Amino acid sequence: MKKLLLMLLTLGLASATYAQEKGSVLVKNGTVITIANGDMENTDVLIRDGVITEIGQDLRAPRGVQTIDATGKFVMPGIIDAHSHIAGVDINEATNPVTAEVTMEESVDPNDINIYWALAGGVTSIHLMHGSANVIGGQNETLKLRYGAGMDAMRFEGAPRTIKFALGENPTRVHGQGYDVQPRTRMGVEQVVRDHFDAAIDYKRNREAYLEAKAAYDKNQRGTPPVPVAKNLRLEVLSDIIDGEVWVHCHSYRADEILMLMRVFNDYGVENFTFQHANEAFKIAPELRKNGARTSIFADWWAYKFEVYYSTAYNASILNANGVNNSINSDSGELIRHLNHEAAKAVHYGGTSEQDALKMITLNPAIQLGIDDKVGTIEEGKHGDIAIWSGHPLSIYSICEKTFVDGKKYFDREEDADDMRLEVNPEENFEETYTRWYESGKDADSCLRGAEILFDSNGMSLNGGTE
Amino acid sequence: MKRLTSIFISCLLCFLITDMVQAQITEKPGFGKFAITNATVHTVTNGTIENGVVLVNGEKIEFVGENAKITADYQQINAEGKHVYPGFMDSGTILGLQEVGAVAVTNDQAELGDYNPHVRAFTAINPSSVSIPVTRVNGVTHVISVPVSGRIAGKGTLIDLYGYSPDSMAVLPNAALHLTLPSSQQRGWWDDRSDEEIKEAYEKGMKELNEFWKKAEFYNRMMTAYEENPSGKKQPDKDEKMDAMREVVTGEIPIIITVDKKQEILDAIEWTKDRGDARFILAGVEEGWRVAEEIAESGLPCLVSTLYTPERDYDNYQRPYQNPGKLHEAGVKVAIATGESENVRNAPYHAGYAAAYGMGVEEAVKALTINPAEIFGVSDKLGSLEAGKQANLFISDGDPFEPMTTIEQVFIRGYKIPMVSRHTQLYEEYLNRDAVQN
Repeated sequence: MKKLLLMLLTLGLASATYAQEKGSVLVKNGTVITIANGDMENTDVLIRDGVITEIGQDLRAPRGVQTIDATGKFVMPGIIDAHSHIAGVDINEATNPVTAEVTMEESVDPNDINIYWALAGGVTSIHLMHGSANVIGGQNETLKLRYGAGMDAMRFEGAPRTIKFALGENPTRVHGQGYDVQPRTRMGVEQVVRDHFDAAIDYKRNREAYLEAKAAYDKNQRGTPPVPVAKNLRLEVLSDIIDGEVWVHCHSYRADEILMLMRVFNDYGVENFTFQHANEAFKIAPELRKNGARTSIFADWWAYKFEVYYSTAYNASILNANGVNNSINSDSGELIRHLNHEAAKAVHYGGTSEQDALKMITLNPAIQLGIDDKVGTIEEGKHGDIAIWSGHPLSIYSICEKTFVDGKKYFDREEDADDMRLEVNPEENFEETYTRWYESGKDADSCLRGAEILFDSNGMSLNGGTE
Repeated sequence: MKRLTSIFISCLLCFLITDMVQAQITEKPGFGKFAITNATVHTVTNGTIENGVVLVNGEKIEFVGENAKITADYQQINAEGKHVYPGFMDSGTILGLQEVGAVAVTNDQAELGDYNPHVRAFTAINPSSVSIPVTRVNGVTHVISVPVSGRIAGKGTLIDLYGYSPDSMAVLPNAALHLTLPSSQQRGWWDDRSDEEIKEAYEKGMKELNEFWKKAEFYNRMMTAYEENPSGKKQPDKDEKMDAMREVVTGEIPIIITVDKKQEILDAIEWTKDRGDARFILAGVEEGWRVAEEIAESGLPCLVSTLYTPERDYDNYQRPYQNPGKLHEAGVKVAIATGESENVRNAPYHAGYAAAYGMGVEEAVKALTINPAEIFGVSDKLGSLEAGKQANLFISDGDPFEPMTTIEQVFIRGYKIPMVSRHTQLYEEYLNRDAVQN
């Protein structure tokens, strides 16, 4: 009994620590794009305490639950962006080709206005990624867009740990060309991965042997104490990757480098991975399928750097037709505002079905982030993360009207003031000229945010900032 | 036996020839007489015709209407259930000047030096840019490609997207001069200059520009005086930069001023006043909605995009989408300009956002067709489906602003464009790639 009480208390405390505001709402008479079971016309969706509890017709709102009439409108699962840097404070730890120990966990700005703008585009979850300056960058965070909640409260509970890898031009440029540190070539990139995986395997063996020997020594207090093998966080994370506890999301463009990493992963038994950007994935769709690899791509970005010159906007359709699980991502504070139309481009380029296009921004990214048991479809038991659209979300004339996370409304077009300042002083003549420079740059994806300032015309300098 | 062999050989030849045709990078376009029938024809200037006919004869549109006598020498295109629009124009791009953004040696849009009125985009347009076919198969048939550096970057060019030389593509080799005014504002959060320093730099920049302008006006007067009556006068020495300014100060070609922030827009409007015969166009204008009335009063047209994030954190999220509509509502002539290179093909979606957020479909179509044609003085040739105009048009299976719509056929200057690009070719090659390896 005492034990049970303690358990309940602990549970209560734990849930208090991670308590997120949850809401209840009944959305009536909409066309529900379930993703799981096709589109259901004239259907109600009931969310109670953050969870979808009922989908059907003529549902009645429980006491105290608000009803929203969605007649003529479309109800869709919240969009999930598998590759984002919004709300990220620091993106790149560009000081070493491998920084697996670094994490985005403490690098979240829950008040970043980009979160609100993303909510206004029907987005409810993002994968906040480390940057692409390093071959093995930092660990990422899967977030729910609970705008304005605390940093910890933004975290997507139960999402698997993920890490960012990067191949090609970015790491070779930052390290080999900027710093004379391997890798300077794609050959070097492979060796950086293999060397570090080997080191992680050796470390794990030696560390475990040491801990065992130490335990034995501590118990007996006889013989010579074992030579310590110090705890190494970097190698521990790498070891977790090999053990399958950390999923890999790898920045990549060219087909050959994607094949390379799959060979490496096969050699080390790494199984759960998604190729990010993957502009040339279409060239090796059968191989990706065979290896169970997933892809998360831009709808049509290409030619902004040389390794994406031989791209095609038909990438998504080719991957989809070949049975590769593919998502459409933004990697941008602008694109994230209209991922629905980015998905529509998969219909335009290659005739992907509308349902499959919608999956690319809902269920597929959820699978890639390991949260598909919780979000990505409108099904009973899943989280109440939904958006209400004025028309079919793939139409350019459709506008997102309301967005809910855990049944709580975070965006409502009707309540959106002209001026979003919390306190508006009419006397104020405030010519703010803040410019989001890192997002206007279209010559590269924003994966290199923070690392780019290390470069000037003379190459790389750690001081940066020189124009 | 002999007969069998010859059949075999001709079969083989057939295969070979087919193969050769497929191996070409692009097919040749068709040219001649075309009759597009049973289409919904969006003329832009004369309403929409259901069940309409468009006759193309050589480079020109011969007829637009309901009933036409179609003789046997016309190639017929049955466009039942389809739509015909004039080719779309993007009024601000670097298409043809930039091949790969991050590869400096493929970038020709930014010359060194602050004052380059004699630098011409027309010179550097690469007709073989891979981005050109990629763009035109989406219905964008014309672009204004503009140099972008320093104070005066050079002259932009208005081209169509079919041809083997800039000369054959240029509608206007020199379409407009591109000017960036000195800014009286902080450039961004990293700009740590004091207010004094910003003011000083602004005033210095304006002084420099105004002196350059005065010199140009003087040079033009001097040259004109000599040309009108050279007898007894010493011929003035030629100055390339000043020479290039002559068609600008006389208003023969307009000046595009790129400005985004409210105060910069107002500064620009002020500066354009009392500039003699010179003509001006505003571009960028991201905060145009803040000062739409003032812009309308100035009479300056605006080249704008919609796919960017709001200038200020506290702006309503939809301002970029609403900007063209709010400008139009105030009475400003608006054209769409993406500022893009490889993704100019998204120009229709920029217009689509403008349409959805207040501008309306009809006006948004104009912002991609007749409005830019009028702004740049080529509405006698481009911008609508009218007899006598150039045959620039496309056939689509639906609303071209919808990302799901397919553009089925494009005509540029009468040429029936092959609907292929590197993107479609890679699709053809890799969709059903077999032989799994690895």
